[in-house]
Amino acid sequence: MSQRTLRGRSAVIGIGETTYYKRGESPHAEFKLALEAVVKACEDAGIAPRDIDGFASFSNDRSDPSQLAAALGCRELRYANMQWGGGGGGGSAAIGNAAMAIACGSAECVVVFRALAQGQHWRFGLGPQANGVSGNAAHTVPYGLMSPAQMFAMKVMRFMHEHGVRQEALRAIALASYHHAQSNPRAVMYGRPLDEARYDASRWITEPFHLYDCCLENDGAAAMILVSAERAKDFKHEPCYVLAAVAGSQYRAGAGVHNTPDYASASFKTVAPRLYAMAGMGPSDVDVLQCYENFSGGVLMSIVEHGFCTPAECNDYFTLDNLTAPDGDLPLNTSGGNLAECYMHGLGLNIEAVRQVRGTSTAQVPRVEVSMVASGPMVTPVSSCIFGSEATI
Amino acid sequence: MSAPYLADGLPIPLATELDRPFWDGLRQERLLLQRCRACHRFQWGPEWICHRCQNFDLAYIEVPPEGRIYSYQRVWHPVHPALRTQGPYLIALIEIPHADNVRMVGNLLGDPRQAVAIGAEVEGVFEQHAEAEPPFALLQWQLV
Repeated sequence: MSQRTLRGRSAVIGIGETTYYKRGESPHAEFKLALEAVVKACEDAGIAPRDIDGFASFSNDRSDPSQLAAALGCRELRYANMQWGGGGGGGSAAIGNAAMAIACGSAECVVVFRALAQGQHWRFGLGPQANGVSGNAAHTVPYGLMSPAQMFAMKVMRFMHEHGVRQEALRAIALASYHHAQSNPRAVMYGRPLDEARYDASRWITEPFHLYDCCLENDGAAAMILVSAERAKDFKHEPCYVLAAVAGSQYRAGAGVHNTPDYASASFKTVAPRLYAMAGMGPSDVDVLQCYENFSGGVLMSIVEHGFCTPAECNDYFTLDNLTAPDGDLPLNTSGGNLAECYMHGLGLNIEAVRQVRGTSTAQVPRVEVSMVASGPMVTPVSSCIFGSEATI
Repeated sequence: MSAPYLADGLPIPLATELDRPFWDGLRQERLLLQRCRACHRFQWGPEWICHRCQNFDLAYIEVPPEGRIYSYQRVWHPVHPALRTQGPYLIALIEIPHADNVRMVGNLLGDPRQAVAIGAEVEGVFEQHAEAEPPFALLQWQLV
């Protein structure tokens, strides 16, 4: 009887991204963007699109797997999966779902993808435009609480209050992302550096979030291809193994109208221990972290809940030096992440994590063996994954 | 009657089968929150089942509109056309000690630029929107 784990059972063999556009500026339809990212991932892997037999996405992706399979000439569709939950909480979960399908023999070659064209479709950052709202929304929207930033700001405010965390800790997260984006020509904010003074002078969106604490809104698509560990060595790149991928949230994380018992949380407190248990390692083994930034304060709580520092240590731990490659203790969001590279609902973070294992990041950390991603703080379910090099297997 | 805290034109609350007693209560200037008839514990937002004992028999019980600030945010960036000229406004998350510390979202009345203290005691203010179609009331909060 094999052990019930995903550790080392599958690997990423290909990654692909479209050009990343500012929101609404994609010249292409969302579905075409999805196809382009998948085809690029196939080229990167050295595999024909028709060999894909599974699709996994998250966050209500609109690109239907059956239509994708038809367009790509896939010989057979074996697995079509989408992770529940809004926002980017499903990024690592989709990888876990792909890894599960492969480990169980349900599919051979699964592509994880996410495509977004907010010009063609609805913009995230806007409130509802209807005349009336019902259900839980009726208990928040009429009070002017309706955007993602507004849904999460009070969690972060409470966390900062409970633990005496200063605004400078959030600022360090934004500065790290922008710092790394300056070496990444793919980044939407490439060539647009950020410093402390500019952050401090930037307008508030909603306190405690300045403009630069908030993710971008972009059009584009990203994809990664997974196969079994046995097959993974047959392709162009050294395999990037999935050491763990887990999803979930704590007791009543989904309680309505801001009534989750553990309010000041990124929702990783139950997820992180399972992640490390599956990977057989702990936070001190992690060489580089990509941590989903819908808002900087969520990154702060995610990093605490994954055990990198305690709440009391936040003011000392969250500094630009500590969070930047190549020398920081915890190089963070080395592509620029959702704040400064692109907001592809976080899947770009997973792709960057693979790049770090391959050694091809534009902000490369030396000798990366263990590369981690935390997806989607403060939503439910959230998810995390850990990738490893050949040496970790 | 004083003017509403936020500019006119935001989506208005529409009662459902689940929360109609709450909205009817606000119009009568009474705070009615959901409580389980079996375990007598409050819960919020409205649910179809008691999340503690899974009993479906739930009642709406009147509680004094008193609370304390659990968290807050000062919103500056308008995300709805109705708020374009609003300026900053305060949203507060209020714990209700008389109802097992359930939390409610509302606006904190007064100067929107005031310093806000988490833990401060507040009392409810019923904000009537009698001209709306359908009419409704919101529950706002002010420092005691």
